[in-house]
Amino acid sequence: MAIAKSSQLIHDFALSPRIDQVGVEERASRFTKRSIKNEAKENGLKLVLNMIDLTTLEGKDTDGKVKQLCYKAMHPHDALADIPTVAAICVYPSMVKVAKKALGDSGIKVASVATAFPSGQAPKEIKIRDTKYAVNEGADEVDMVISRGKFHTGEYNFVFDEIAAIKEACGDARLKVILETGELGTYDKVRRASDIAMHAGADFIKTSTGKIQPAATMPVTLVMLEAIRDFYYKTGKMIGMKPAGGISKSKLALHYLVMVKEVLGEDWLNNEWFRFGASSLANDVLMQLVKLKTGQYQSANYFSVD
Amino acid sequence: MDKTIKKSSLKVSENGLEKTSSPKRLEVLKTYKIYIGGQFPRTESGRYYQPTNAAGKTLANVCLSSRKDFRDAVVSARGAVSGWSGRAAFNRSQILYRMAEMLEGRKAQFIDELMQQDATKAKAEKEVNLAIDRLIYYAGWCDKFQQIFSAVNPVASSHFNFSVPEPTGVVSIIAPQGDSLLGLVSVIAPVIAGGNTCIVLASETRPLCAVTFAEVLNSSDLPGGVVNILTGKPAELASWFVDHMDVNATIYCENNSEIKKMMQEKSASNLKRITFYDKVNWYNEEGQSPYFIMDTQEVKTTWHPVENIAGAGGGY
Repeated sequence: MAIAKSSQLIHDFALSPRIDQVGVEERASRFTKRSIKNEAKENGLKLVLNMIDLTTLEGKDTDGKVKQLCYKAMHPHDALADIPTVAAICVYPSMVKVAKKALGDSGIKVASVATAFPSGQAPKEIKIRDTKYAVNEGADEVDMVISRGKFHTGEYNFVFDEIAAIKEACGDARLKVILETGELGTYDKVRRASDIAMHAGADFIKTSTGKIQPAATMPVTLVMLEAIRDFYYKTGKMIGMKPAGGISKSKLALHYLVMVKEVLGEDWLNNEWFRFGASSLANDVLMQLVKLKTGQYQSANYFSVD
Repeated sequence: MDKTIKKSSLKVSENGLEKTSSPKRLEVLKTYKIYIGGQFPRTESGRYYQPTNAAGKTLANVCLSSRKDFRDAVVSARGAVSGWSGRAAFNRSQILYRMAEMLEGRKAQFIDELMQQDATKAKAEKEVNLAIDRLIYYAGWCDKFQQIFSAVNPVASSHFNFSVPEPTGVVSIIAPQGDSLLGLVSVIAPVIAGGNTCIVLASETRPLCAVTFAEVLNSSDLPGGVVNILTGKPAELASWFVDHMDVNATIYCENNSEIKKMMQEKSASNLKRITFYDKVNWYNEEGQSPYFIMDTQEVKTTWHPVENIAGAGGGY
């Protein structure tokens, strides 16, 4: 019965709503016109810091680099009192164990990319084993990539089944589904991929791997937020959102918060439902927080190098 | 019927035109904008002020820059440091020479602007000529001051020990109020000749030449962000110029003891170099010297083990 009910909810993905490109871009640009100052800015910046998935996804990553990043996650800037930690550390599966150990009982989550990140060009069994490996190593969250090639050829069932299979392999770990919007090409396709991912069991939808340009933009995030909103109205189930790549300035991050608040509401304004995938954003937020405290414009020279 | 009406009305307007039209035309006035990162934006604050000359004539509507313009300028200046300081000294020399060439080509415009700002023709000509010569002077020093101020130091261990001047980084400058072109050029040139980048606040009362000088910079191969020129009030911006943690040195060219004291106090936050040029006469020999370059240089010393550079049985 439950199966029948959920299958009723799954709609024909070819019929996902079409997106008005001009309208979406104009609407997104309106979110950047708000003025956020003083206490509101300070609270916003702290919230942004608390939503960051501090990320290192490079071939040259070492245990030492990951440990250093974990330290940064727990102690963003010791000169500032009462600032939050970041939400999570995002690493490759091979680094999960190191990160897990370094973070200890700090409460900071470990997210691991999986499924042949970033291209996703591997057989399904390998993707599932990749995911299971990350989860067994201790990952709290899994960031998977969809098969964009299959998506472009219209094999939506393949994409759907793959996400569902990975979700199953995740067990208790939360699943973030990376659409890689820079490779999808149109807002219509972004919307369709969002619908597929959410119906297939994603806990989060995420814009990008950070390896492809353009990565996260405000209009593309708006399209995904609206997909989340429609899904919530339809099913009552909340889905998280994670824009990733290209968000390196606090001002832009605050614009994103405005957008989340106005599209989805306050329930989404915490790190359980909204994340920033970023590496250099944290330092910019810290510099702004110190500026608010001291009144002095800050220099990157006085903040830790990631 | 229609045709005749049209014809007659056409005639009237033609006559009207003949009566009112004269060889005069509406002058196209220049918008004096600021110069940040190789672009000419208006101030983000949207504010302006109207400096006047001695006769009370308004010179122009000039951008009244805010601290945020300064902050943006520091970002571009910081971004330009590695590229500019990494260039061959000889190439910096070529670019300073090119700036002089461009200034020479626009001499008349500068003389005209200086005269609007109360200079006599003779004095304006002299100031522009000196400004051009000053650029040539520092163009010559770009790849030579290092040799004069470097040293090989005798040390007691088996090391080759040498000291060389290196650029300090981003320099904020409050230019002289009086000599609005010569003073400006005389403070910018040694700073960039040494491989630094800078943010300059032009003369508050006589800002015209500074904005036109930015156009010269923009057409002389100088990478964007190496020199950023703001217009506005020193009283409002001085504290930001010296307070910013990403600025490595500040030059102040006036003799306001209150501002000087404030600068010395605030510079302590990140140990900026503070230099005052309040008694320099830019018109004579004391207005140019390689020591001006050294004011924004840091001397770095290297210890190099001699075994690694001498062959077997080397003579060190």
